[in-house]
Amino acid sequence: MAAYLIRRLVQAVLILLGVSFITFFLLYVLPADPVRQIAGRSATAQTVENIREQLGLDRPFVVQYARYLGALVQGDMGRSYLQKTEVAELILSRLPATLLLMVAAIFCELVLGLTMGIVAALWRGRAVDQTLMITSFVTVSAPQFVVSLLLLYVFAVKLGWFPIGGYGTFAHLVLPAVTLGILGSGWYSRMMRSSMIDVLRADYIRTARAKGLTRVRIVLRHALPNAILPIIAMIGIDIGVFMGGIVVVESVFGWPGIGQLAWQAIQRVDIPIIMGVTLVSACAIVLGNLLADLIAPFIDPRIRLR
Amino acid sequence: MKNLLASTAVMLALALPGLAQDYSPDPNAKPGGTITITYKDDVATLDPAIGYDWQNWSMIKSLFDGLMDYVPGTTTLRPGLAESYEISGDGLVYTFHLRPGVKFHNGREMTAEDVKYSLDRVTNPATQSPGAGFFGSIAGFENAGDGGLSGVEVVDPATVKITLTRPDATFLHVMALNFSFVVPKEVVEAEGADFGKKPVGTGAFKLTEWTLGQRLVFEKNPDYWIAGVPYLDSFTVEVGQEPVVALLRLQNGEVDIPGDGIPPAKFTEVMGDPAQAARVVVGGQLHTGYVTMNVTTPPFDKLEVRKAVNMAINKERITQIINGRAVPATQPLPPSMPGYTEGYAGYPYDPEGAKALLAEAGLADGFETELYVMNTDPNPRIAQAIQQDLAAIGIKANLQNLAQANVIEAGGAGTAPMIWSGGMGWIADFPDPSNFYGPILGCAGAAEGGWNWAKFCDEALDAKAIEADSMFDPAKAEDRLKLWSDVYMGVMDKAPWVPVFNEERYTMKSERMGGEDALYVDPVSIPVNYDYVWVKQ
Amino acid sequence: MADLSAGEAAPSGALARLLRRKMALFGLAIIALVVAGAVFAPWIAPFAPNDQMFDGLTLEGAPMPPGGKFLMGTDLLGRDLFSRLLYGAQTSLVIGVVANGLALVIGTLVGITAGFFRGWIGGILMRFTDLMMAFPALLLAICLAAIFQPSLWIVALVIALVNWVQTARVIYTETSSLATRDFIAAERTLGASTSRILFRHILPHLLPTIIVWGTLGISTTVLLEATLSFLGIGVQPPTASWGNIIFENQTYFQTAPWLVFIPGAAIILLALAFNLVGDALRDVLDPTQRGRD
Repeated sequence: MAAYLIRRLVQAVLILLGVSFITFFLLYVLPADPVRQIAGRSATAQTVENIREQLGLDRPFVVQYARYLGALVQGDMGRSYLQKTEVAELILSRLPATLLLMVAAIFCELVLGLTMGIVAALWRGRAVDQTLMITSFVTVSAPQFVVSLLLLYVFAVKLGWFPIGGYGTFAHLVLPAVTLGILGSGWYSRMMRSSMIDVLRADYIRTARAKGLTRVRIVLRHALPNAILPIIAMIGIDIGVFMGGIVVVESVFGWPGIGQLAWQAIQRVDIPIIMGVTLVSACAIVLGNLLADLIAPFIDPRIRLR
Repeated sequence: MKNLLASTAVMLALALPGLAQDYSPDPNAKPGGTITITYKDDVATLDPAIGYDWQNWSMIKSLFDGLMDYVPGTTTLRPGLAESYEISGDGLVYTFHLRPGVKFHNGREMTAEDVKYSLDRVTNPATQSPGAGFFGSIAGFENAGDGGLSGVEVVDPATVKITLTRPDATFLHVMALNFSFVVPKEVVEAEGADFGKKPVGTGAFKLTEWTLGQRLVFEKNPDYWIAGVPYLDSFTVEVGQEPVVALLRLQNGEVDIPGDGIPPAKFTEVMGDPAQAARVVVGGQLHTGYVTMNVTTPPFDKLEVRKAVNMAINKERITQIINGRAVPATQPLPPSMPGYTEGYAGYPYDPEGAKALLAEAGLADGFETELYVMNTDPNPRIAQAIQQDLAAIGIKANLQNLAQANVIEAGGAGTAPMIWSGGMGWIADFPDPSNFYGPILGCAGAAEGGWNWAKFCDEALDAKAIEADSMFDPAKAEDRLKLWSDVYMGVMDKAPWVPVFNEERYTMKSERMGGEDALYVDPVSIPVNYDYVWVKQ
Repeated sequence: MADLSAGEAAPSGALARLLRRKMALFGLAIIALVVAGAVFAPWIAPFAPNDQMFDGLTLEGAPMPPGGKFLMGTDLLGRDLFSRLLYGAQTSLVIGVVANGLALVIGTLVGITAGFFRGWIGGILMRFTDLMMAFPALLLAICLAAIFQPSLWIVALVIALVNWVQTARVIYTETSSLATRDFIAAERTLGASTSRILFRHILPHLLPTIIVWGTLGISTTVLLEATLSFLGIGVQPPTASWGNIIFENQTYFQTAPWLVFIPGAAIILLALAFNLVGDALRDVLDPTQRGRD
């Protein structure tokens, strides 16, 4: 186990290195000039060249990349071109909000998705199943902006049950988490359903039924643990996705997450922030997948870590 | 809404600058209270030497002051930190006498040393200021660096003498520009690059809280050197809010001013409701939206083609598409800008005449080209409307709908034959006609990477522009404006642009906000002049 | 002579069994309808899709609701929504079927290979998958937008290159579990070749997952195409696609809901249709389900 972990962590570092290189390269070949963004529209050619030199952006690619890596290993992610604030500070200030939303959203997705999936599997072929299937497709196909705004409008503006966006209390968390939960539940419910159907057909389930075990017990103790394996993989994926931030939901609910930071940075070609956010998100993706792989053998003991 | 601003601004701007009467305080103003403003984008920085967003522009104006200032709600200059000033006969030496007793937020009194330090700092390449170029006329600018500007001299703690290399009629406006605002040396040196997050100035408000990504809180400066101002005890800026949601919160009474304005999607709804429409303030902006044509790229190198394009575009229809939130434009300058040529009709909407011109140029069958546009609403829609207008005279314009940075890049590199400037349209840095020329129509701006996307360069017009800017004498102000008007008429004769519309600013305020309407569409302090607005308790 | 006793009156080929299922027929009908709409759009559409009509807007410049001359209403520039929907079907079919399908195939191949063989091949494949997941796809899209002429095929390629990773992860996990099952070991003992095991024994068990990801993926890729077109690659305005009709009008959904709900319903119907067909196909191919029609 320890050897496996070490191997995975080494691989993780290599992956991060790869991502940093690719991202840096893409930003380098990007035709949009970051210096022009910093210098603004009224700058003289002299000012532009001066800024370029100050930021070291006139050096060749390899030199720039080496300098960036060198600073990174010392914990320095650089300073934003446009804000002059340290990237680490900018990201850390938004990380708690992102983490909180991620945990709450995954929780909602699971509660909604797994319930719908199990119900659909148990009453397969009936009207309930059809309705839940249509619901899944509707939620997956719905544009995030529209759903977020609809929920905000109904529950916060009209009914007044929740604050109209913002951050700070549990009440502020409910709507964005539920929105993300609804939007993502379709995947979980469909996968759970198909996984459950597969499991429910197995012989050992028939044995359990023959033994006279109650339905609930069969589902919860015998079927669910076996059906849940692909869900674990999906949670790992979700961790990675949410840590990158969901800019649409964040901006509608005024949630100070990383998504807004990243989106603005991309529009303005603020390279240090883009690099920082990409690396943080890459870390989360690698860790999320690693966690999923580590948990898998506990769910299905036949899977061995190798 | 009556567009009071435009007419008064033109009148006042033609008056002699620097001798403007003091702003008479609002008799109804009640001191106290706090307001909330929202924005979608994060505030980048509050460092006056660096901040150049339309969000932080007025916040910086509330935190800092410059030697000169503007009468609130207008484009008229008035003295700021400088109580008075003299200009030498040849226009090369400005002597500013500083107001006594002005304190920074940290308690220290401001002196001439601080003024010199601030000007040295903004022109120092190490600061990377986007506004350094505005100070180009000060002696020693070419060698600006750690040694400072040789042209800025501290005569005594209350007097600053600035020597120019050439007479500059815009100089007083530059002294009112954010980039020239006075900063305290010891705080800048202590904070370094973080000064933008912990600003200390002489302004009406001081920054007391900045929770990154969430909110900024500004509190009244009790020692502000203008008595009785500001009226508000504090104001809070909340960031990261989608404009549609900000409007919902305004309607719910949680927000006082949505900083990003009324989103197009909600516009008809708001204006259709009399109660809400009554709280909307409309004002002209110093803004023009235009289509540039790269005069170095055939077939736009032919004057007839450019004139034909001017005549093909239906500006009324485009204004209708954006719910009438603009006024069709006839020339590069907006109507509220001094130097605007009244009564000039521009090129009429005449598709038949346009086709005839194209035939004259030998392009009776039309041609294919590209129109670059920024991808945020409503610009793609406007571009599609322009596309349809061009198709009607035989020009097939393929749209390139890209992120702002990419469009700017293509424009600067000269690879874009046509660009719709929407979203990047020029808004004046200061209310002077010269500001609309240099970077976007002058020869200097036509260089690689410059903002003169039409790559238009007319030496004769450039010469006139320089001549106009050397007329620093206030007595000659009218002649100067006439000369500028000629310059822009000359530009229209060569037609490198199609001026399409001048966007109006629609600010909505909550019921409890008070103060003259002009403050809510302040042409200089965008969007709102925080120093002078108040709440009805 | 075939024994027609035991109540089996109809031929028993897989296709025939498929067609006997009502749901599958319904799904196929919808798909056929959409394809027909896309192919015959120039003949069916009442108006040109990019024609900004003067009477397509109210006097204040607002879009017209469904009814009268405009079957499904108009959009913010006065263009007929129904016509745009028909022409837009072309784009959405290419994206939803081709791009999504390609992503599905790549993901499944990678996932099965990594999950079955494990060891160092599995390790490399999965780490590569991790890398591609962390890859800044948005940046790639912006770069490509600047280098190439924006086109539908570039967007389809980007989507395929980026969307396969999630399928790969899930298939990998399931295959890892399946590969260790007794029946696979039994097959091996019997001397079955690797490819036989993979295709005849493991793949059928993965079909449900593949169907789920393939069909839900139609919706997400169509919407993703709109985001990518917004960034500059993909179709440029005024070309219509279901995704970008929704995307450019979503802030107006309260004043002009038809601009969001009608294309949205179209996407949902298409994805559902594929799901119905896919489910029926799976039931038909599943040996344990034979005879249960």
